[in-house]
Amino acid sequence: MSSPTSTPGGRKRGRNANPSTPSSEGPTSPPSQRRRGQDSSTGDLMPMPTSPATDMLSPSAPQDTSLFSIQSNLFLPNEVDMSSPLMYGTPSSRVEGTPRSGVRGTPARQRPDLGSVRKAPQVDLQSDADGAVASEPNAGQKLVIWGTDVNVGTCKEKFQRFLQRFIDPTSNEDENAGLDLNEPLYMQKLEEISVVGDPVLNVNCRHIQSFDAELYRQLISYPQEVIPTFDMAVNELFFERFPDSILEYQIQVRPYNALKTRNMRSLNPEDIDQLITISGMVIRTSQLIPEMQEAFFQCQVCAFSTRVEVDRGRIAEPAVCRNCNTTHSLALVHNRSAFSDKQMIKIQESPEDMPAGQTPHTTIVYAHNDLVDKVQPGDRVNITGIYRAVPMRVNPRQSNVKSVYKTHIDAIHFRKTDERRLHGLDEEAEQKLFTEDRVQTLKELAAKPDVYERLSSALAPSIYEHEDIKKGILLQLFGGTRKDFSQTGRGSFRAEVNILLCGDPGTSKSQLLQYVYNLVPRGQYTSGKGSSAVGLTAYVMKDPETRQLVLQTGALVLSDNGICCIDEFDKMSDNTRSVLHEVMEQQTLSIAKAGIICQLNARTAVLAAANPVESQWNPKKTTIENIQLPHTLLSRFDLIFLMLDPQDEAYDRRLAHHLVSLYYQSEEQMEEEFLDMAVLRDYIAYARTYINPRLSEEASQALIEAYVDMRKIGSGRGMVSAYPRQLESLIRLAEAHAKVRFSEKVETIDVEEAKRLHREALKQSATDPRTGFVDISILTTGMSATARKRKEEVAQALKKLIQAKGKTPAMKYQQLLEDLRGQSETAITKELFDEALRALADEDYLTVTGKTVRLLA
Amino acid sequence: MPSTHDWINNPLGVVEGMFAASQNNPSSGWEAKAVEFFKDRLKEKDAHTSVPSLNDVPLHYLKPNSLVKFRCLIQDMFDPEFYMGVYETVDPSTKVLRCGKYKDVTECGVDFNSRNTVTAERQTFYCVPIPGENPWFALILSHSYAGSSQARVVPSTSYVPSRQKRSYEEDDDMDDMDTQPQKQREPHTGALIPTEQHGNGDCKRLETEAPSSQMTPASHLDLNFPLPGEKGPSCLVKVYEDWDSFKLNDTLEVYGILSVSPALSALADEKDASSSLLDPAECMETAEEQRVHSPPASLVPRLHMLYAKTLPHNNPLLPSAPLEDNSAFLSSTLSEMASVRAELLTYLTHVLLGDALAAEYLILHLISNVYTRRDVLPLGKFTLNLSGCPTVASYTERFYQIIQQLVPCSYYLGMSLQNMNQMRLVPKKDYVANRLVSGALQLARNTSLFLDETQLEQGQLDTTGVRNVTALGNLISWQKVDYDFNYHQMEFPCNINVLIASEGRSLLPSDCQIHLQPQVGPATMEEYLSSIHMHPQASSQLNKLRIYLSVARLLDYSISDEMTKSVEDDFVDMRKDDPQSISAEDLHRMLVVARLLSLSLGQTSLSRDSWLRAKHIEALRRSRMEQHKCVNGNEP
Repeated sequence: MSSPTSTPGGRKRGRNANPSTPSSEGPTSPPSQRRRGQDSSTGDLMPMPTSPATDMLSPSAPQDTSLFSIQSNLFLPNEVDMSSPLMYGTPSSRVEGTPRSGVRGTPARQRPDLGSVRKAPQVDLQSDADGAVASEPNAGQKLVIWGTDVNVGTCKEKFQRFLQRFIDPTSNEDENAGLDLNEPLYMQKLEEISVVGDPVLNVNCRHIQSFDAELYRQLISYPQEVIPTFDMAVNELFFERFPDSILEYQIQVRPYNALKTRNMRSLNPEDIDQLITISGMVIRTSQLIPEMQEAFFQCQVCAFSTRVEVDRGRIAEPAVCRNCNTTHSLALVHNRSAFSDKQMIKIQESPEDMPAGQTPHTTIVYAHNDLVDKVQPGDRVNITGIYRAVPMRVNPRQSNVKSVYKTHIDAIHFRKTDERRLHGLDEEAEQKLFTEDRVQTLKELAAKPDVYERLSSALAPSIYEHEDIKKGILLQLFGGTRKDFSQTGRGSFRAEVNILLCGDPGTSKSQLLQYVYNLVPRGQYTSGKGSSAVGLTAYVMKDPETRQLVLQTGALVLSDNGICCIDEFDKMSDNTRSVLHEVMEQQTLSIAKAGIICQLNARTAVLAAANPVESQWNPKKTTIENIQLPHTLLSRFDLIFLMLDPQDEAYDRRLAHHLVSLYYQSEEQMEEEFLDMAVLRDYIAYARTYINPRLSEEASQALIEAYVDMRKIGSGRGMVSAYPRQLESLIRLAEAHAKVRFSEKVETIDVEEAKRLHREALKQSATDPRTGFVDISILTTGMSATARKRKEEVAQALKKLIQAKGKTPAMKYQQLLEDLRGQSETAITKELFDEALRALADEDYLTVTGKTVRLLA
Repeated sequence: MPSTHDWINNPLGVVEGMFAASQNNPSSGWEAKAVEFFKDRLKEKDAHTSVPSLNDVPLHYLKPNSLVKFRCLIQDMFDPEFYMGVYETVDPSTKVLRCGKYKDVTECGVDFNSRNTVTAERQTFYCVPIPGENPWFALILSHSYAGSSQARVVPSTSYVPSRQKRSYEEDDDMDDMDTQPQKQREPHTGALIPTEQHGNGDCKRLETEAPSSQMTPASHLDLNFPLPGEKGPSCLVKVYEDWDSFKLNDTLEVYGILSVSPALSALADEKDASSSLLDPAECMETAEEQRVHSPPASLVPRLHMLYAKTLPHNNPLLPSAPLEDNSAFLSSTLSEMASVRAELLTYLTHVLLGDALAAEYLILHLISNVYTRRDVLPLGKFTLNLSGCPTVASYTERFYQIIQQLVPCSYYLGMSLQNMNQMRLVPKKDYVANRLVSGALQLARNTSLFLDETQLEQGQLDTTGVRNVTALGNLISWQKVDYDFNYHQMEFPCNINVLIASEGRSLLPSDCQIHLQPQVGPATMEEYLSSIHMHPQASSQLNKLRIYLSVARLLDYSISDEMTKSVEDDFVDMRKDDPQSISAEDLHRMLVVARLLSLSLGQTSLSRDSWLRAKHIEALRRSRMEQHKCVNGNEP
């Protein structure tokens, strides 16, 4: 590479993109070159004065700076101040640093995200009056970048101070895990960079805002100017601190979490060229697009080479070789041109942000360099970037333009919102922002003594009564506190409350499910009949575009941290249902298919509805017999409610009144009576995010007592009436109830309510129809203790009968049954008899072959 | 002030005049004034009839940049776009400010660096004609617009004859409509035609009306109509204010400035050739997206909205103003209501082979309407399952044609296996082209959807089929359609009257099932119908019925406290007698039946009589169901 002699430092840009020739480029590479609007190329090579006159606003620039490109949009100081960014480009005025270390040795990397590629003239919304900004030549302090009110020196100083001093003791971001919160946060991060060598510094804009609001304002309004300044500041600081560390290229600052805009819908022309953060879902990513940054031309005659920077997507091909003055002799050499990576990403509004009845908006995002391929379609991301608008030309050769701009965002930072779920740290990834007012209203509501009743009556107001069921569902919506015992080997405890509703058809079970599904942000609704095991869990699919195997998640995984509503639970095939076993207790889903083996989180609460087998609930049978579900599954439900037709006149009257009023009351009247669905939703979201109740001492005592009581009930009659699972349910319910009250502590009243609700549910579902007692073993073993006892008695009676017959090795089945019937005081059904025979066969006492019963030994 | 019709022929002139006048006085709010101006003009008596309609007049007969109106459904919403609200020309000699509002293309060189440029935002909606509009609908409209060709291009005479011809044709069609059953829109076969065939498939209309421009390009451009076999112009409507108030599937009448600048189409053509290298940003959009978002203007014109009104009903026979404002019309219809109802009942009884009870329920169904929602529960829907339909002699298709004559918008969906497995019912987002690909369930409110289950035969439903059946079930139970956005689903509430004709009990849920008890054979019905339609008054008679159905649907309704009490008592009593026989669901249905029955008689509040009558017909219906319970095994 023969640099022209007139540029002593051999200053070229785009070093990193052309790493094969670093040495020929000289040891220095000015960071300032990474600035936006860097006016094409070294001064003497400038092929065409493409820059408008305003770029040359520094007529009095000193001699030594005239050799390199003039900082566009910058006033050059007369007295060159050494700390000025402009100085970095001055080759003569600087001591050479050790190669590959220190500010000077580390190559700067272009930042196309900030627009170092010259773009077409922007929509200039805040254009200043012909650049006449305050610029007294004597005081460096007053210098500002053209078009802004940013002073480079002050800005840099402020940022360095921010880096050195900012402490956030309350930080709970997972990015900061492992850092000492009482030390300056970003200094620790710099240290991390020096160790890891990844030269990217992510800066939370909210930190800047709390530290220096003015700096924050400047960052938001003029990101294109301020971020390079930040870059300079951080590099100076870094290499001062770690002079020996070697980085691939200079540190780049990536701000995120700008508070300017949260929603794609609210973007408007005023946001153009500002730093914004929006959330959305990636729907499409393009192939990697190599974008030419700098074209390399070589003269065919004298092999003189020259470089031309791409300007507004165009290359101005030099017409004359400056060395040999041949015209049209220069040819583009692709291999030596510099390219950068670029990718187009389409993001779409998240479904939560959308007003009802409208379609989601989409926005184009360009990712550059190492941000390429950071996100995949389907990811939920927060994107921080600069919003751009470019006019569209109808025809490049015509002056007519379509009067429409194309907008896009140059991404600076991606933050996946669901990334944390993989860490399993703190699931509340949705940083649902509540305004102060909203929080206030919610807290006021929480302070009301009857908040629990209020909320439960606000739940599905169109469904009549069933207060306890609504309360149960309310507690399910809040959920318990998540506990992690993985250290002690038990894994995490389930915090979700599972509820099963069973009862007669037409008792608005489906409607209740639909309501819940509509209420929670991450709800899924499936019907048992229509869903298969894969539909619930996950399946592997070949992506038609990339031919890669991709894991498509089903309803249970999709409702992680939400509620999965399953209607017609009884109609589900056994195969499908078996999937639920793992989900409902371990809260994970294991998948091993098509070479993909993984365990997915499915921390979902299950709200299921089942119809009795005989279409009408048979009060003479137990729950298990009525719905024919395996007891292993049933025992995983915290609450099982029966929705039965009470068949009582007063109830009928109230029901009729309720229904008729549905049909004639106006919308407004209804709203007066009940809480708004939106308030309810916010209330739940707030409680789920911020309230993590813990058991108080009294509450634990109360829980222990409750559990012991439950055990006692059964022990009197020689059966087990409660298992540890019931205790866990009680704890969850009590915690949920504390959440309803916005209380950080679980107190006795919470336990009382949990006990009451649990008892109510048990009373409905676990009452043994034969004895009238509540018998938990109906749910845990599928058979009531009395039934089991009876079975044993019959078997014993049968055995006695056979023994009494003496030595008869074979007997007639029918005969034996009649004998037993004759002997017994109670009615012996054929089923009971069969079971008794089976029990004896298990004891190897006899065998049954066809219609004959043979004694063994 | 512009002369009388300048505002129709040259609305941009009006806008620009106002813009220029506002230049000295920046805070004049000229934009609001301009919109006001057009609104006022349109309010003038019959002014709106003199504005040509994009629905009736083919595009090439309309003058570019004139004011037109378009009756449409918002099919898709594109992203908002930024445009130059005010810009400065680059030519130094005529350096003036121009207004970019209501335009697609700037007129001369633009000074990008000008400080006077104002960027503004507007929204684009993709609109299609209201799906399922029945032929009589367009016919009535075209009659009422006769002689309103102000904005047409000069040789409008060349157009008129062909148009008239079509009108006559359809007149014939209508008068003897019932003797030629297949001549209508051939619904059942139409359902199978893939959507690509819009341009070149069938339709005499295109042949007579649009000899040149529409044929060729249409063949490769899918205009994305919800229903297969639809035709008509689709339009990109640019909305300048209040776009948040519009919702997907709203039916609108848009008044706006027509823009068909060829420059817009040029954009798409030259894309591949020249500009791809020069502007990397633009070429990254896929070709499909380009095609969808900037289709040739000759095919999909742009309409810059000045004023739009949502249509409260979709019946051209009714005055467009809300009923309350038009008391004269209302009272005259109300007084006639009972007699028209009797006529309708006789008519439908004959159609339903002499079954008066079924006819009664059919009337209730036809005037049903989701009037409100209580959390997830839609109130007022009345899906009717007409079981026991004879399968002979294509009775259901005949039956649908009758319905078609009565309601403004309807769609016939033959539930054959093939249809269920292949049709796209649910709209789906196509992320490659970045648009919402429409499906047959993207319908305007109060459209009648006729599901013919008699077409269903034994066989297997595949994944699509199951999804389609689920979608239909959701539509019926919750009056919502879950649009498929690939990564998630989004729920769009709808308001569609679903009528299911089946042999046994339908496999889909329904609010009410009635088993048809034919008294006479289908042949007798044919006789009756042909005798009725020979009658010279037939069409005015039909119009009466159409008005009746629309008005009954729009009426208000209330229940007095006294009636509430008595209904409650009734319910308690009924439960006392036999708690198994009547559940909360039955009460729901009875309340809806009572409501619809009252409305069908023109009564706006529930009376004792109507309640008793509702109870009576419900009892009749239930006893009929008991009889059939043993006959078919499809009961739950």
